[in-house]
Amino acid sequence: MSDVVLKITDLHAHYGQIHALRGINLEVRAGQIVTLLGANGAGKSTTMKCISGLLKPTGGKIEFMGESIFGVAAHEIVKKGLIQVPEGRKIFKGMTIQENLELGSFTLKDDAERKKRMEHVYELFPVLGERRHRDSGMLSGGEQQMLAIGRALMVNQKLVLLDEPSMGLAPFLVKNIMKVIKRLNEEGITILLVEQNAKMALNIADYGYVVETGEIVMHDDGDVLKKDERIINAYLGE
Amino acid sequence: MSTLDIFWQQLANGLILGSFYSMVALGYTMVYGIIKLLNFAHGDIYMVGGFVGLIVLSLLSPFLGAGWAGILVAMIISMILVGLLGVLIQRIAYVPMLSAPRLSILITALAVSMVLYNFVMSMTSGEYKAFPVDLGYEGLEFGNVFITYTQIILVSSTATLMLVLHLFISKTMYGKAMRAIAIDQDACRLMGINVKTIIAMTFFVGSALACAAGVMAGVYYGSIHFFMGFLIGLKAFTAAVIGGIGSIPGAVLGGLILGLLEAFGTQLPFIGSEWKDVFAFGILILLLLFKPTGLLGKTEIERM
Repeated sequence: MSDVVLKITDLHAHYGQIHALRGINLEVRAGQIVTLLGANGAGKSTTMKCISGLLKPTGGKIEFMGESIFGVAAHEIVKKGLIQVPEGRKIFKGMTIQENLELGSFTLKDDAERKKRMEHVYELFPVLGERRHRDSGMLSGGEQQMLAIGRALMVNQKLVLLDEPSMGLAPFLVKNIMKVIKRLNEEGITILLVEQNAKMALNIADYGYVVETGEIVMHDDGDVLKKDERIINAYLGE
Repeated sequence: MSTLDIFWQQLANGLILGSFYSMVALGYTMVYGIIKLLNFAHGDIYMVGGFVGLIVLSLLSPFLGAGWAGILVAMIISMILVGLLGVLIQRIAYVPMLSAPRLSILITALAVSMVLYNFVMSMTSGEYKAFPVDLGYEGLEFGNVFITYTQIILVSSTATLMLVLHLFISKTMYGKAMRAIAIDQDACRLMGINVKTIIAMTFFVGSALACAAGVMAGVYYGSIHFFMGFLIGLKAFTAAVIGGIGSIPGAVLGGLILGLLEAFGTQLPFIGSEWKDVFAFGILILLLLFKPTGLLGKTEIERM
């Protein structure tokens, strides 16, 4: 397939003695929203860290745009157009909103492009634009998530990894964030979304993977997974 | 001299002393902010800076003379050389220790300090070396207060360097990356920032500033000595703590406060100049009792 953006084959990772990933297989195609579901500690974030280069995997293959990025340093992977919005948002508290966005465009050399992208982020999230010179630490959780997503939009990205964007947010905020993700996807951005909130994720995802104790136990179209009884019982149940 | 004259004279003295402290404290606080290392070798970088400045100046003075032009050129060359030395030390001594316990890297810093001053001691046989400058003693008189042109130029040079640093840190992309690294290194990696490069750059800037202070101290005091880094290292560390370690404006403020405290401490009745350090450090202890994070240090605010 030529339009495969990200292809992971038999990925293994360890934390010391702990075998956290036991052969993950996953594929993201251009224009898709793919979601990776699973409970706490199942290996979702570990998978993300391996892809973005923050953690060195111990075996397997990771190909991005047909090129191996296995073991490549995180800051080099960003230059290739693979951007991660990390779990817990990791915004630079103590720096202004604008500075946060500027840092998002660190690899960008063109100032005009930077300005254009920043205006786009402010248009997408007017609340950030209004407070651009304020300390980002003063933002609420939802606003911080918007800033974290905004930062990822400051460069030319081919794939955005979103690690638990709904974490710690009130339900109406989660809906908002999901809407934003959907809109970005409609603007042409390919997305790999990691979520505990399976219901929300499957509402917008084209394809889903379910990870349990470091292995993919199920994968199918989003609509199919939404109706699957095992998923309903395990992740969508009240 | 009237009390008021003494006040102005000590204010001038304190500002000069304080600006040296600030320059060295900046390197302390920047390195601490980024890799949480109290770089106890930093005072020795200042000392080495003085000696490198002396050598460069001796080489240059046949062409540029022993006046300000020669000093300026020598200072810039020395800053680059000592900046590179700082990066080299970081690569050799600190990078391999980054994943080791915090105490190991602290001891490494002490070892680097000993290597530097013992090296210089053996090269100079432990003697004072005269700084080859000839600047005269002209100055401005305000009543009974006398300030030399040297003092004025030194204070304005440190102010200029700190202003340049401020602009670099707040306006350029690399400066912003330096601040960001102090907040969250992993997040920086995800922005495409090469964290190692930025850390090296921080060592370069910090060491270059300490070098500038070392050269200025040589110019100001007229001679330098292998052990001169020890006490200023402690003082600059104190200044950084007063200001709130990790805070760049804090280091400048802390340095000036410490310099002024010492200058005025010499004038206090029953205290006198022998006790100025006791006075200054006593104030530090008091300050830390009431504000443990330092004047501009931050307490973390967590919000979900």
